[in-house]
Amino acid sequence: MALRDITLGQYFPGSSPIHTLDPRAKLVAMICYIVALFLGKWFVTYAILLLALAAVVKVSTVKPKALVRGLKPVVFILVFTAVLNIFYTPGEALASFWIFTVTKEGILHAFFMVVRIIMLITCTFLLTYTTSPLALTDGLESLMGPLKKIHVPVHELSMMMSIALRFIPTLIEETDKIMSAQKARGADFDSGNLIQRAKALIPLLVPLFISAFRRADELATAMECRCYHGGEGRTRMKQLHYRPGDVLFMLGALALAVGIGVLGHWGL
Amino acid sequence: MAAIIETKQLTHIYSQGTPFEHTALDSVDFSAERGEYLAVIGRTGSGKSTLIQHLNGLLKPTSGQVLFNGTDIWESKDLTRQVRCQVGLVFQYPEYQLFEETVYQDIAFGPKNMGLDADEVDRRVKQSARFVGLEPGVLEKSPFDLSGGQKRRVAIAGVIAMEPQVLVLDEPTAGLDPSGSARILDNIRTYHQEKNACIILVSHSMEEVAREAERLVVIHRGTIPFSGPPEAVFAHGEELETMGLGVPAMTRVFARLRSMGVDLPASVYTIPQAREAVLSALHRKEGT
Repeated sequence: MALRDITLGQYFPGSSPIHTLDPRAKLVAMICYIVALFLGKWFVTYAILLLALAAVVKVSTVKPKALVRGLKPVVFILVFTAVLNIFYTPGEALASFWIFTVTKEGILHAFFMVVRIIMLITCTFLLTYTTSPLALTDGLESLMGPLKKIHVPVHELSMMMSIALRFIPTLIEETDKIMSAQKARGADFDSGNLIQRAKALIPLLVPLFISAFRRADELATAMECRCYHGGEGRTRMKQLHYRPGDVLFMLGALALAVGIGVLGHWGL
Repeated sequence: MAAIIETKQLTHIYSQGTPFEHTALDSVDFSAERGEYLAVIGRTGSGKSTLIQHLNGLLKPTSGQVLFNGTDIWESKDLTRQVRCQVGLVFQYPEYQLFEETVYQDIAFGPKNMGLDADEVDRRVKQSARFVGLEPGVLEKSPFDLSGGQKRRVAIAGVIAMEPQVLVLDEPTAGLDPSGSARILDNIRTYHQEKNACIILVSHSMEEVAREAERLVVIHRGTIPFSGPPEAVFAHGEELETMGLGVPAMTRVFARLRSMGVDLPASVYTIPQAREAVLSALHRKEGT
């Protein structure tokens, strides 16, 4: 089943040092890393960033195959970005035909852009592979805590996010089940032209929406039965605490970003 | 008699190559004959749902074969699709797959997908509505306005309308009240008798399978430890208990009575049978 193989937001339980890091440390490190990705300018900086990523992957014990599989859905975006960059970057022309001109800068630019996107996606996947959705939303809520001062409903947002994350696998499973049931009645989702395929989705989407609304309703009732009334005065079973390792990891990522920033400033 | 559908050394492994790897079926040999009423029993997670999804080609075996009338259903793409119409599969809680504006259109979904003409579709919709005991007035209603039991019967009619030679039902009575369950089991029996179709009923109610099926197939941890007529399978009472299945309540009562030295038959599964057995035992006693 193709749907079962979707890796979006999937968590691979494990006990590596990366798994046990504080989710906030991982989030901060990821942000630093992404900033660094966009500060890099030349092969040297990308080589350093690649090494850093490879080291974290190695320690995390996540199989590289799983990370490569996560890239499959974005192949189209990668090709699209590459093509746009190759043809639309002004500079020294290498070849031209009709209205298109390929430039040396364009090829380099496209290459760096693709590398950037691949590394960006790999590092976000690494985060979701090694952090359970619950830990992730707890981390986000804690990091966004100061925004409460300016009346941002941080708790509600993170609750919404954890519910959404929680229901992704359920909805995938449900889609799979309805799809199987309709296939058993001879529905065909894989052939025909675009319009036929869109029409073929009706028997899938109608029951899926109905069940999603039913689930939402039941969940709301269940939460009310447990007297849920938002974040005010709510305590947590699992408190987050920074440990020396977490601080070190964040500082490392910060140093990496600053270092790359300096190198980038020199044009490397 | 030749098997209409069988599996040979069927193995299925979910999420192979990830930490979630799980062997659901392990070299299973299963077969069902034309016109047979068969029940598959096993506790939750034993692999019964995985097995039945192989029977009409919804899941592809990791290894092994699924044969329909002697040919491998994965031989060609067309064949797989044909088999889906020949082996009707009613999922658990099938009412959640309804989507059309009217009951009529929903039942017609399957036959239409088979490419039948309008007259034939109409005939089949009306016939299958009759099989499951839906009044003609219901056909024009929205399926979402019906009661739970009625929805379930509409969904079953949607599969019956494809006139499958093999009808597989995954816990068709789950979550229904006793009279609703009895009606659905009656509908299935009618279909079995009138069309001489092979029925494969998945259930974990021992009373239900003992009453309905001619042969039982027990699934436990992806294998088939026993299969045979109810009396043969229920003779393994203790093993069934350890698999979390057990035997019908009446069988247990009678086994207990027999162990206390009362002269009663062992093959009793239902209350009417128990009544007969007790009455005839009393007659014998009066006679002596």
